[in-house]
Amino acid sequence: MTTIISITILGVLVLFLGIMKKQSWLLPVILLGLVVSMILTMMEWNQKSSYYNDMIIVDNVSVAFSVVLIFSAFLIFSLAAHYYRGVLRPLDDIYGVMIFALTGAVMMTSYGNLIMLFLGIETLSIALYVLAGSHKEAITSNEATLKYFLLGSFLSGFLLFGIALIYGSSGSFDLQKISQFVVSCSGTYPPMFLAGLFLLIIGLAFKIAIVPFHFWAPDVYEGTPTLLTAFMATVVKTASIVAMFRFFTHTFNGIHGIWETTIWVMAAFTILLGNLTGVYQPNLKRMLAYSSISHSGYMLLAVVSFSAMSNNALLIYTLSYSVATISAFGILILIREAHGNDYFSSLNGMGKTNPLEAFCLTVAMLSLAGIPPLAGFMAKYYLFATALEKGFVWLVIIAVAGSAVSVAYYFKPIMAMYLKESNGVKLTVETPYKVHLICMTLMIILIGILPFLVIGLL
Amino acid sequence: MLTVILILLPLTLSLILLTIRQEKAIRQFALAGSLVEFGVAVAAFVQYKTSCHCNLLFTADWLSTMGVSLKFGMDGISLLMVMLTTFLLPVIILASFSHSYSRPAAFYSLILLMEMALVGVFVAFDGLIFYIFWELALIPAYFICAVWGGNDRIRITFKFFIYTFVGSLFMLVALIYLYYRTPLPHSFDFQWLYAATLTPVEQTWIFSAFFLAFAIKIPIFPLHTWQPDTYTVSPAAGSMLLAGIMLKMGLYGMIRWMIPICHHAVQQYAPVVIILAITGIVYASVIAIRQSDMKRLVAYSSIAHVGLIAAGIFALTPNALEGAVIQMVSHGVNIVGLFIVIDFIEQRTKTRNIGDLGGIALKAPRLAIVFMVIMLQRRVYVVDVPAHHVWENKCNHGRGGRFIVVRNGRFHPADDHDFLDRNFPRAFP
Repeated sequence: MTTIISITILGVLVLFLGIMKKQSWLLPVILLGLVVSMILTMMEWNQKSSYYNDMIIVDNVSVAFSVVLIFSAFLIFSLAAHYYRGVLRPLDDIYGVMIFALTGAVMMTSYGNLIMLFLGIETLSIALYVLAGSHKEAITSNEATLKYFLLGSFLSGFLLFGIALIYGSSGSFDLQKISQFVVSCSGTYPPMFLAGLFLLIIGLAFKIAIVPFHFWAPDVYEGTPTLLTAFMATVVKTASIVAMFRFFTHTFNGIHGIWETTIWVMAAFTILLGNLTGVYQPNLKRMLAYSSISHSGYMLLAVVSFSAMSNNALLIYTLSYSVATISAFGILILIREAHGNDYFSSLNGMGKTNPLEAFCLTVAMLSLAGIPPLAGFMAKYYLFATALEKGFVWLVIIAVAGSAVSVAYYFKPIMAMYLKESNGVKLTVETPYKVHLICMTLMIILIGILPFLVIGLL
Repeated sequence: MLTVILILLPLTLSLILLTIRQEKAIRQFALAGSLVEFGVAVAAFVQYKTSCHCNLLFTADWLSTMGVSLKFGMDGISLLMVMLTTFLLPVIILASFSHSYSRPAAFYSLILLMEMALVGVFVAFDGLIFYIFWELALIPAYFICAVWGGNDRIRITFKFFIYTFVGSLFMLVALIYLYYRTPLPHSFDFQWLYAATLTPVEQTWIFSAFFLAFAIKIPIFPLHTWQPDTYTVSPAAGSMLLAGIMLKMGLYGMIRWMIPICHHAVQQYAPVVIILAITGIVYASVIAIRQSDMKRLVAYSSIAHVGLIAAGIFALTPNALEGAVIQMVSHGVNIVGLFIVIDFIEQRTKTRNIGDLGGIALKAPRLAIVFMVIMLQRRVYVVDVPAHHVWENKCNHGRGGRFIVVRNGRFHPADDHDFLDRNFPRAFP
């Protein structure tokens, strides 16, 4: 609870700073504020509590994922100084909206009531519609926000309708009560309830960009300003998948027979389609969009195979995915600045001209591909182990085949950087930005070598 | 402790190398470092032979919740492979001195990193740690071949990477699956993995997954198509690392993991594997005859030789296995020698085409003699050791021959105190 309050206060503070025309204070205040709210969140560790008639439930799962979310946001804000350095207009609105989106994301990890879930998703989504279009002059940004808004508001309707149908059959929005209702049904569920459940799945699947509700993702990712794409690909995805995870594992675990096959098939198709389509992308940003689609498929493995381990598996997966993705986006920002585009040919020869940045991108790509001993491998290993424990052998084999395919596109930037001749453009990077990239790279390596730092937590 | 030093030393050295600037210093440092590593390996060998039946075990907790521990140790086969690796590395580094590679620090650092991964593969007694080192070896190998390779290297090395990566992913699934079949509490420790209870169907699947990974690495026909191109296009050091040591990973993996874990499936499918291996021998030898590029010729002949080794392993008799292990070592030394000679010739004459090199013995008589010796040694082993055993065993097999490898249903390399040390290098009790 203190997390939501502190982040909201931070957002308001940022807007006030904007009014007082203290632009140079913005980022220091934000970074400091995020660290403070991260510490406040951690203080709630092991103190299970609920607020406002179980509207919000704070337990270790929600604390851990809130920390992942705030940490991802922290990493993204650390890139912001460089990204917006040439922008003259005030930035307090963009930063403020990002922080409010983060509030929504945190709400999605700690809801105890479907209304709260919807509020969280809407807080997040409406902020995102604004953010996607925040580069007003660019036609692509306008396209992104329009597509995202039209589809997003439509699918929010699905979600709300699903919640209404569940309320209609179970008589409550409260997850606890719905869970009791599920038990009391003892095998025969009203069709209205099932319809509600599946509409809810569709609504959430859209937010996570799961096949077949992923069509918005590549275009929106490509058009959105790169820094905010990183935000979408990490914070939003983590929050949505955690929302789905909480929802299914806490409430509907008793009837997993009903939704299991659906999620199974969605996961399989997401992994296959995300990876296969990723191979044919012409540029890095679209490739990362498809990579993020396929990774949401992997994360569904944790949802479908709920066990004591899947909390941990999802935690380490979201963390390592977020860090690697933000690191990749950090370099994507540099490439787009230097070249004006991010075709793979723009990366040519970066291994010679910018060895450090090339190394960071290589580590991020290898981690996303799941190559040991990096964080991505441990995360994937954990996820596969969780799924195999529950007997999802075929799903794991599909996931493994997907991983094999994914190497084909994760290696494209690596091959361009090290094996092709340079076109003479050198990226310009300030020292703090470099330090930030190095820190993320070290984190990827560190989580891979010392996974027990994360894994023992939940 | 020595086993841990064997792993950590090359890693540290490779990191230090990156900070050195002058090319000469880099080379000397790399050579000195690899010699020290060899010294440590010799020390481990002496300790193994003289003091103990301890297998130089080292155990530490890593991921106890998942049954993964850092368990390193060496029995006879590991020791032989580690000796081979650490012996060949200085040779390979020395052979690279005659080239002036761009970015030498990265080059030698990758070679040392590769050494770390290779040693790790050979000393890991824990399934997941083995897998991690197995994959880790692939990254430096890929970069060495791709960055410093010849024409069309991007496509060829990528094919190499994809092939090996796909194979090992399925091995990962098999390992995790096995983990849940081990006795409680589950563990990746090799003894636990050996003790996993598997139905025949499960054995077949796990055998297939392991076989895919190992057969691609070795490579066994028909999974060899990445190999000739990759050997040809790689820089000299890359070819030596791949052919001399890296393919031993696959053979070693078969002996250490595949045969003990799914022994029923191994017995069932051994004839199939032997047929594949022998097909590969004939096929690759016939193609080798037609090659004019010396490196390609060696590459194809290498497929034939490793086919023999694989057949020897799958003959499943102690003699054949012993022969296979001897052949693994001798093949490693030989093929590195061959690549060095070819590298010499190529540097002096700027060609690897056999047709253009007629009468080279007149210009360089001593080189020719060395070349001849290496070639002959190669042949002697090939004709003598495994082939003989393969056929002997095939006869045994027909008469319901003995499978001593699978003692009491499975064989126990590291437990077994008289394992290998009585009459080294007899590889099996």
